[in-house]
This record gives sequence, structure tokens and C-alpha cells, in this order.
Amino acid sequence: MVSTVLDVSRLRKDFPILERTVRGDRPLVYLDSAATSQKPFAVLDAERAYYETSNAAVHRGAHQLAEEATDAYESARAAIAGFVGAHAEDIVFTKNATESLNLAAYAFSNATAKAAQGGVVDPRLVLTPESSVVVTEMEHHANLIPWQELCAKTGAQLRWIGLTEDGRLDMDQLSVIDETTAVVSIVHQSNILGTINPVRSIMDRARDVGALGVVDACQSIPHMRVNVDDLGADLVTWSGHKMLGPTGIGLLWGRSEVLDRLPPFLTGGSMIESVTMEGSTFAPPPQRFEAGVPMVAQAVGLEAAVRYLESVGIESIEQHEHELTAYALTTLSHMPGVRIIGPESSVDRGSAISFVVDGLHPHDVGQVLDDRGVAVRVGHHCAWPTCRRYGVPATTRLSTYLYNDTDDIDAAAAGIRAAQEFFGVA
Amino acid sequence: MSDNVEALYQEIILDHYKHPRGAGLLDNAAGESFQVNPTCGDEVTVGVRLDENDHLHVGYEGQGCSISQASASVMTELLEDATLDRVADAERAFHELMHSKGAGEPNEDALGDGIAFAGVSKYPARIKCALLPWVALQDARLKAGIEIDQSTTPDA
Ligand SMILES: Cc1ncc(COP(=O)(O)O)c(C=O)c1O
Repeated sequence: MVSTVLDVSRLRKDFPILERTVRGDRPLVYLDSAATSQKPFAVLDAERAYYETSNAAVHRGAHQLAEEATDAYESARAAIAGFVGAHAEDIVFTKNATESLNLAAYAFSNATAKAAQGGVVDPRLVLTPESSVVVTEMEHHANLIPWQELCAKTGAQLRWIGLTEDGRLDMDQLSVIDETTAVVSIVHQSNILGTINPVRSIMDRARDVGALGVVDACQSIPHMRVNVDDLGADLVTWSGHKMLGPTGIGLLWGRSEVLDRLPPFLTGGSMIESVTMEGSTFAPPPQRFEAGVPMVAQAVGLEAAVRYLESVGIESIEQHEHELTAYALTTLSHMPGVRIIGPESSVDRGSAISFVVDGLHPHDVGQVLDDRGVAVRVGHHCAWPTCRRYGVPATTRLSTYLYNDTDDIDAAAAGIRAAQEFFGVA
Repeated sequence: MSDNVEALYQEIILDHYKHPRGAGLLDNAAGESFQVNPTCGDEVTVGVRLDENDHLHVGYEGQGCSISQASASVMTELLEDATLDRVADAERAFHELMHSKGAGEPNEDALGDGIAFAGVSKYPARIKCALLPWVALQDARLKAGIEIDQSTTPDA
């Protein structure tokens, strides 16, 4: 079946890795874009061109290369801001979403520690044993463990919104967000269940009780049009490598009024205003959060990725993946012995689909798929509590992007059947 | 299925996976160890004790993929009622086999059905699965104070 919105076979030519074979002579069927996406020539070329012509340390030095490098870096910031409807000065470059989320969590613990020493900090960032922090039961470990650690350091209570049988947030549990809540941090689109959460109403509730709101948009921004301001959050985090960009670059968007009040996370060069032996003052955002020589080539690559996504059309990508997800859900749900973990309908759902096969461990399913050239992810997908919630030790997950089509889903389905036959559970 | 995968999933492995031998924990273990493979959630608990003749007794319980569970079954069958010399030989031979990158000549005397795991060593992600019960065994043994000849202890 041919996509109704994208010319997938033409797009695939932009991704050199999709030409290769694996495990001998098997063409690669890449269904692991939720872990990381593949990169088009445009991104590889942009990084290479930057190193060939303009490489220098940004925001330092008076020479022409330093100027060009700084321009390239700031131009990338502006392009990425434009992609998510933000102002460039509200975008912070980090290493990845994990670092962005740690930056957010450490803002609270650093402010709390400073307040205990009599320092002047924003009171919204100060936690006590009476405070609470709210997440959901479908968080990636990157949006769970930093908050667990924050609670361990401050005595605050960690609470979570539980899940329904069909893989959605149990909105009846929204009352865990109350007057004690200092921060609510939730995933926009689950990397394990695929669920797209109603973040706006949860962020509104956070605001109503005076809590700050954080959204982990790692799996949404690469696949759909997201205007960060519309999410109703104070901070939004995501990674470049899941949206066709290079590894080693992540993003944090902050509402300027909030970003301005956050203490720094990593400290050192490039993030200061003035330094004496006794102490220092810090630069305004975003520089305050970008200590050290930053990842310029990756920023340049990410700008190329954003331009590529815009040239294809992020709305078209969203529609294409929506159709593909519906096709995959129908295919899998008609397979005997296959059970989807997560929403079975494509409504409010992204393209990451987890499933289990009766009588087969995900590792063995993944092995047989790999033998046929089909790359999927197996395991707990850094969402171990979510697996526990559904009583499975692990799942097999397929996830798509603009370069996948129904043939790829068919290849996965054929592989699952082959695994069932091989292990005698068909 | 490719030759490599056929070699990975030897009949013996599939047979131990479907019909595990010696499953169940000892009620009088002198040492017990619970190990998980954090990348995929495989779990195994191994318990050991020595009898009055200095023979090892092994019990286990677990859940996980075919490789980890078959490995636990093969190991238990091999080492139940074994002398400590035999345990030492088997531990060393199994670790060597797992680090052989598919080029090892498995030592059948030491490993019995364990030689079927030779194909696993070509798949780095699965080596951990196969080693899981052996790591648990080593840890349970140390907790029970059961020492084997250190000169033969595998280093990894
Ligand atoms: C929902 C979600 N949050 C956070 C992360 C962490 O992203 P990274 O590993 O790029 O820091 C991921 C990616 O694995 C994810 O899928």
C-alpha cells in the first residue's frame, strides 16, 4: 500500500543508511525511530560543511571563524525556535532530553539548598517535606529518576497519575495535583505505550495550584506540529537525535519569565556575567544554561534537520504516520497470540507500538526479527514501572517515521509469525 | 532462519527452555542470589548448598528469554550433586565460551549440554542472558562461603 501523503520511496533515498543490508544480505527494515531516528544527507552535509569552513569556539575570540561559528550556532537556535513557535532566547541547548530534565529537577534542588543558606531564590523552586512532585506512571526513566532524586534530597513526596487498562492516563487521579504540588512533569507522547496525553488540561491544573509544569516532548515534537506555548507548560524538553538531527544535542524551552528565575545547572565558562575569587554572577538565559564550549556542529546539523522536516511538511509526516499507525494496529491486532500494550485505537496515539507475543519472550521475538533485517526494540524501554503496571517484564516495540511504509509493517508481521512458528507457539 | 540464528537456538536450548530441569528453589540454601538483566528484565534466583560429601546442590527460579532460562536449566542439571572441582571447571569453561566471539571450541567434558550455548557468543546482547544464572551461581556460592580453587576462577 502506498502512502497517501508522502512519497516514501523518494524520501528513503535521502537516508543513506536505509540502503544498507544487515545480518548478511537482508535489506534493513528500520522500525526503531522512537529510540533514535536515521539522518538524511542534508544533516550529514551540514555538519561536514561547518567543520570544513567555519569551525571555531562560539561566543569567544575575535576572529572571523569565531564570528561565523557563533552565527551558525545562533541561527540554529532561531530555526529550532521557529519550528516550535518559540523565541530563540527561550531555547537552551543541552546534551539530550535527559540533561534537559535534570536541568529542570536540579533547579529545584539547587534553589532549595541555596534558600537553606539564606540565599534569595524564587519561592516556587523551594521544596519542603510538605511539598509534592507529580509525574505519571508512563514516564521514561529520564522523567522519573531526576524527580525521585529531587524528592530524596528535599523530603518532598513523589506522586503519580496512574494508568487505565487501555494505556491512558487515569484522569480521575488528577487530584494528586493539589496545593502542596511544586512541579508537575509529564510525558506528551509515551515512548512505550504510544499514548498522546492531554497535557494542556494537566498543565492548566498545575497552574491553578501554583505548581510549575514540565512536558517531556521527546516523542511528540519529532512527529507532529507542536507549539510549545500551547502546551501550557513552563518548561518543555526534547532531543535532537529523534528528529533526524545528530546525537549530542538536546533542547529545553522555557517560558521566559520562568527560565529567567532558574539557577544554573552546570557551571563554568561561558555562563557567567562577572567572576571574582569570592563568587560569580550569571549570564541571562539561554547562556546561563550553556556552560563550556557547546555542540556547534550538532546545532548546525539540527537546523538542517528542522529545515528538512519543514520541507517535507511536519503536518504531512504526522498524517502519514497516523495512517501507518492505524495500519500497524490493525495488522497486529488480527494476529493470533499478539497483544498490544497501550491504546489499540489510533486516536490520540503516536506510532510507537508495544506488544507481547504469547509464549515468547520479547528478546526472542526481537532476535528472529533482527535475523530478517527488521530492527525493533525489545526490553522495558526505560519505562520499567509502566511494564510492571501491565504485568509484563518487557515488550517488543516497533516505531516508525517518515521513511517507513506499510511494507515495513508487513515485514515485522511476517517476522512475528516466523518467530511463533520457530518456537512452536503458533 | 539464518545459520547463525539456528546455531543460537540449538535444539538443546529450546528443549531446556520448554522443559526446564531442576526448576524450583532449595528450601535449605546456604546462599542465594537474585540477578536481573536491566536491559531486558530477565530475572533469575539461584540458591546453593553443600552436602556432607562436599557436593553442590543447586535450585533456581526465574523468568525471561529462552537463552537465560535454558541456561539456568542446563547449569542446574550440570552442577546438581557435582564436586567443587567440577563446578570450577564448568564456571571457567562457560565464561570462556561466552567470551569466544563464536570461535571457541566448547569443552564438552566440563559443560555437558552447555556446549549448545556456543552460538550465543556471536550475539553480544545475548551473552548477558546466558551468563545471568552463572553470575547468580557465583554470587550465591560466595554468599554461602563455598570457595572453589581460585586459580581456576574465571575473571569475568
Ligand atoms: C519519552 C522520552 N523521554 C526522554 C527520553 C530521553 O531522551 P535522551 O535519551 O535523548 O536523553 C526518551 C528517549 O529515549 C524518551 O522517549
